[in-house]
Amino acid sequence: MSSSAKDMIRLLGETARDLAPILVIVGFFQLVVLRQPVDNLGQIAAGFVFVLLGLAIFIRGLEMALFPLGEALADALAQRGSLTLLILFAFGLGFGTTVAEPALIAVGEEATEVMAVAGVIADDESTLARTATSLRYTVAVSVGSSLVLGVFRILKGWPIQWLIIGGYIVVVALTTIAPAEIVGIAYDSGGVTTSTITVPLVTALGVGLASVIKGRNPMVDGFGLIAFASLMPIIFVLLFGLVIAA
Amino acid sequence: MTLWSDISELSWSFVGVLRDVAPIVVVMFVFQLVILRRKIPHLRQVLFGLLYVVLGLAFFLFGLERALFPLGREMAAQLTDPTFVGIAEGDTVNWLAYYWVYTFAFAIGFATTIAEPSLIAVALKAQEVSGGGVKAFGLRLAVALGVALSLAVGTFRIVTGTPLYLYMIAGYIIVVIQTLAAPRMIVPLAYDSGGVTTSTVTVPLVAALGLGLAGSVPGRSPLLDGFGLIALASLFPMITVMGYAQISGWLARRAAARASAPPQGDTS
Repeated sequence: MSSSAKDMIRLLGETARDLAPILVIVGFFQLVVLRQPVDNLGQIAAGFVFVLLGLAIFIRGLEMALFPLGEALADALAQRGSLTLLILFAFGLGFGTTVAEPALIAVGEEATEVMAVAGVIADDESTLARTATSLRYTVAVSVGSSLVLGVFRILKGWPIQWLIIGGYIVVVALTTIAPAEIVGIAYDSGGVTTSTITVPLVTALGVGLASVIKGRNPMVDGFGLIAFASLMPIIFVLLFGLVIAA
Repeated sequence: MTLWSDISELSWSFVGVLRDVAPIVVVMFVFQLVILRRKIPHLRQVLFGLLYVVLGLAFFLFGLERALFPLGREMAAQLTDPTFVGIAEGDTVNWLAYYWVYTFAFAIGFATTIAEPSLIAVALKAQEVSGGGVKAFGLRLAVALGVALSLAVGTFRIVTGTPLYLYMIAGYIIVVIQTLAAPRMIVPLAYDSGGVTTSTVTVPLVAALGLGLAGSVPGRSPLLDGFGLIALASLFPMITVMGYAQISGWLARRAAARASAPPQGDTS
């Protein structure tokens, strides 16, 4: 018990070090550049205590639950040896974690608003809502498929760079023909799909698969799932813009 | 703020995290228990760990919402305010006038990335898998530098109104060239680090900065120019992480060459 208490104190210390730059920068800009006194100092200090505790507790939980769960699943799926199951799982994980993502819902609403202002779609309530929903499902399907592709790559041992660079070429080609209004949103959608809980799980899954499959190196083959999950939505949203505008 | 509203806000943040975790937990447990029919090893520890994850994230988000986000939003608004920047109505915009905005974007991008939980997770995993060959903190510094640069460049882009795709395509070309030259084992990790940088802490602050800037610079529209910061923040870390591996590889080779060179012969 005392060793786990010691662990927690060490973890709190490291977390405090991680948060220190934020405090320094906010303080510097507030006091030196903007020359504004900080209102509600007590409330802000209490907020930072929650941030500190929360981050330390999260990291503890990460090592206790998310990493082992991802590894255990990779192990079980590899031993079972069924490709269908593995693909089904990868798709379910990607789709399920993305479809309800709050950041994505916000981006979807913003995107449809931009398209309505630009005159790409009709500016009425029901069209906006329908477009926002279909955009959200588009991105969720794209994240599901990107995990399927990423898992497939680990199984086959394909080098990642050709797939990613190929993806870039598709993005650039689509950029030239997609409606200009959707381009910025498409690029941003790649960054919002991978949440704090998905990332550790997916990383552990990829590394776990690459460690149990013979002939794969966890460093070279295990990473890269998140890269697909950030690239594929860009392609799908650009295509979505093309379809909507057509 | 009363105690009661604090408690209700904290419980909302808890409910929000639970809702995020629910689909993941359902997918995992259905697969593990129903389809694979395997018991989860160390079930008790895993359940406690999940509780920690939910509790930790809820505290984290509650604290951010309480301390950092209002402060960050207000600072973004003040720094982009035309009177602070020193431009009058109808002036043509000189991009240099916004130097504090670029500095702030750089600094806050760096600081929030160091505190980004999903990056901590990937860095820990990378250190473990590489047997210490990749240092978790070094990786995080490289990624944070990438995000910092991307936000400085991204705010510059909003001020000047140049098209986003030019920056993205230039970045892609650099990534492709580096991919050919960088050590093979760092490439997948570098690609991944692009996607993990922008989640819990960085996105809300960056969005406020982008929208504030696009709304206050004459001739820019928040709807059409306010985005793109996240896209650049997912691209630049790939460049800095591969650069980090290239530089540390080069230093190691140089040190090795020094060590093996004869003690007096080194005059070049």
